[in-house]
Amino acid sequence: MIRFVIQRMLLIIPTFLGAALLTFVLIHSIPGDPLQMLLGEKVIDPVRHQELLDQMGLGKPLPIQFIDYIWNVLQGDFGKSIQSKESVLSDFFARFPATLELAFCAMLLAIVIGVPAGVLAAQRRGSVYDHSIMGAALTGYSMPIFWWGLLLILFFSLNLGWTPVSGRIDLDYYFDEGTGFMLWDSLMSDQEGAFRSALSHLILPTIVLGTIPLAVIARMTRSAMLEVLGEDYVRTARAKGLSGFRVVGIHALRNALIPVVTVIGLQVGTLMAGAILTENIFSWPGVGSWLVNSIYQRDYPSVQGGVLLIAGFVILVNLTVDLIYGLLNPRIRGRR
Amino acid sequence: MKARLITATAVLALMMSVGASAQAASTLRYCSEGSPEGFGPQLYDAGTTLDAVRPIFNRLIETKFGTTEAVAALAEKWEVSDDGKVYTFHLRKGVKFGATKYFKPTREFNADDVVFSFNRMLDKNNPYHGVSGGTYAYFEGMGMGDIMKTVEKVDDHTVKVTLNNPEAPFTAELGMEWASILSKEYADQLEKDGKKEQIDQMPVGTGPYTFVAYEKDAVIRYKANPDYWRGKQKVDNLVFAITKDPKTRMAKLVAGECDLYPYPAPADLKLLKLDPRITVGESEGPNVAYFIMNNKMKPWDNKIVRQAMNMAFNKEAIVKAVFLGGAKVAKNALPPTIWGYDDSVKPYPYDPKKAKEMLESQGVKDLAVDLWYQPVSRPYNLDGKKMGELMQADLAKVGIKANLVTYDWAEYLKRMHAGEAPLGQIGWGADIGDPDNFLYFHGCGGTGNPPGQNNEKWCNNDYDALLKQAKETSDVAKRTELYHKAQQLMHEEAPIVPIVHSVTFMPMSKKVVGYMIDPLGIHNFEGVGLK
Repeated sequence: MIRFVIQRMLLIIPTFLGAALLTFVLIHSIPGDPLQMLLGEKVIDPVRHQELLDQMGLGKPLPIQFIDYIWNVLQGDFGKSIQSKESVLSDFFARFPATLELAFCAMLLAIVIGVPAGVLAAQRRGSVYDHSIMGAALTGYSMPIFWWGLLLILFFSLNLGWTPVSGRIDLDYYFDEGTGFMLWDSLMSDQEGAFRSALSHLILPTIVLGTIPLAVIARMTRSAMLEVLGEDYVRTARAKGLSGFRVVGIHALRNALIPVVTVIGLQVGTLMAGAILTENIFSWPGVGSWLVNSIYQRDYPSVQGGVLLIAGFVILVNLTVDLIYGLLNPRIRGRR
Repeated sequence: MKARLITATAVLALMMSVGASAQAASTLRYCSEGSPEGFGPQLYDAGTTLDAVRPIFNRLIETKFGTTEAVAALAEKWEVSDDGKVYTFHLRKGVKFGATKYFKPTREFNADDVVFSFNRMLDKNNPYHGVSGGTYAYFEGMGMGDIMKTVEKVDDHTVKVTLNNPEAPFTAELGMEWASILSKEYADQLEKDGKKEQIDQMPVGTGPYTFVAYEKDAVIRYKANPDYWRGKQKVDNLVFAITKDPKTRMAKLVAGECDLYPYPAPADLKLLKLDPRITVGESEGPNVAYFIMNNKMKPWDNKIVRQAMNMAFNKEAIVKAVFLGGAKVAKNALPPTIWGYDDSVKPYPYDPKKAKEMLESQGVKDLAVDLWYQPVSRPYNLDGKKMGELMQADLAKVGIKANLVTYDWAEYLKRMHAGEAPLGQIGWGADIGDPDNFLYFHGCGGTGNPPGQNNEKWCNNDYDALLKQAKETSDVAKRTELYHKAQQLMHEEAPIVPIVHSVTFMPMSKKVVGYMIDPLGIHNFEGVGLK
């Protein structure tokens, strides 16, 4: 097991380098320069323009810029944002808790509803439950996030007035020194109603972001369960007279969960992509909308740093998923 | 089970509604359209950023709220030397910088603050010159480094600014955010603490509000400055709730989560106007969308061809389709909201038949050409592609086959500045309420060599001479006359096709009092209160 973990950790190095190189090449191959984006329709003297680009470190040949960048990253320096003039790390970590909190809640919703729904659909294969669940999953999977978000806002926020439209908490609540995780900060604060407000602000974005992973998880759980339910050991368990709950919940589900866990790991990447749209609709101050804005503004250090840090996060999650395989299935653990 | 489910749903609904309804009466909530790049007024030129720094700072001279008139602010009065090169400013006494959690001022505003603020940008040896990147977008974009020579302290309450050449719009230019006055005492303290960059992140100014906090991409918080020299504000707090999507901004206003918001989607205006709790303020925007013909390329170097092009576009149709009626047809490069606008100019009529005849008389027949359309939405052009398609159809009627082309915005600007576009869309929004701001870049400064921003690459010595004369004259009546002549000349030469001036809308709750839509398009919350 330890050897496996070390092997996986070593794989992170080329993955990181690949992600860094790809991001660097892609962002630099998009035409336009960050200074022009700062100036908009205005123009400054071409000599001064070049001087300012040099000041930003963008005057050197690209390979040298890349080597410099990697060298600095290895020393923990991700550079400074061209837009905000602040360090990329501080810009990223100011927003990352918001994305993480939303992604965590969305994934929680997807698992808590998706897995039982998939199990139910498999167990009652061909029934009205199965068709309803799979129909809903297909609809959820096909729903454009932007449209779905606006629809929920219109219905729950404007028509019913049950949920706030956007943001993370009511504007009246303010925490001087928080962790950035609004649920936690509001819970720890002594401000009455803060936690309820934070919770209510999370509901719609969680539903919107969690819908696609929920649909994928439900469908994957169903097909994995169908496969497992046909296995000999399940028949044996039933023949032994075990209760339906033990057969399905303990024997079948545990084995069916292996591909489901893989899908959950992969969905983290999807969540990050979906977060961009969800964050935009709900004015959620996360890394998704920050990264998109940085691309528009040609803020090279922010884009490169942001992508690397997100890639690191996704790699870590997938490493954790690999470790969970071992816990779910001792045979895998033994083989490793 | 069913009963439990219903109870849980009801509790959840109750929780949500309680969470959503809490609000304080003394907080003005503005749903802004984007995040500020920072809080250094000298560093940036994006409207969103300048809106966010405006509540914190003052300038020597400011634009009178709701007008384009320059009025005394931190400078009580000023004199200009006969040669128009030396400005002597007499500073207001008793002005205090706003105290914040991170800085408590010990002295009042004085000449040291003014000299420091300008020299930070002007003097490369100033210890703060290179701080936060050392790029001063507006200052550099307006060529202030060449215009201003020195800024000197005469005494504690007098400052002398010397220019390299006379610059009549200078007082108007000083009303812009780049000329905000920073605290020298705060800068000195930060330098001592080794935290110079904080000056652009945690600002200190003499403005109506003090900075409290910025939760990135989410909320900017301000508190009314109790010692403000124009008097305390009507609300205790000002909050910018950053809401990038215009549909969400509208939903927040309707749900009572914010009190006013800028840049509504044109399609939402009808609905908003029907809501009895909401009022939609509107004012003609200080901007112009125009169509360029590259005067260095054939056949656009021919005046008759250019005049024909001025008759080819159905601008009314553009107003209806692109702005849903929220714009006015343009006839000049200067918007009517800026003084010096020449209303006597007779617009070219929309007459495709005559345009076609004129083009054919100059040998322009079955011409295929690239038409560049803007890839981004700007206040003066909400949908470049749609406008491009309408223009394409109009040009087909006069025998020109236009091929629609675009690039990424930065690349579009770069290439257009370099003179690569034969035909294309561009526009301009006011920085200041001075005609020079709209007309100067259509000239070549008498060099015969068009600068980058002269996208149509048109040079005319008479036009350049008129603008130069207007820049060097401080007599407003004389300047108006010169600008009228410049507009008439431009109309006759037709280097561009002025298309529209968009209308600025500001939907707000009827509880908001004292908000005026500024003709310069800026958002100013000084003196705004709640019923």
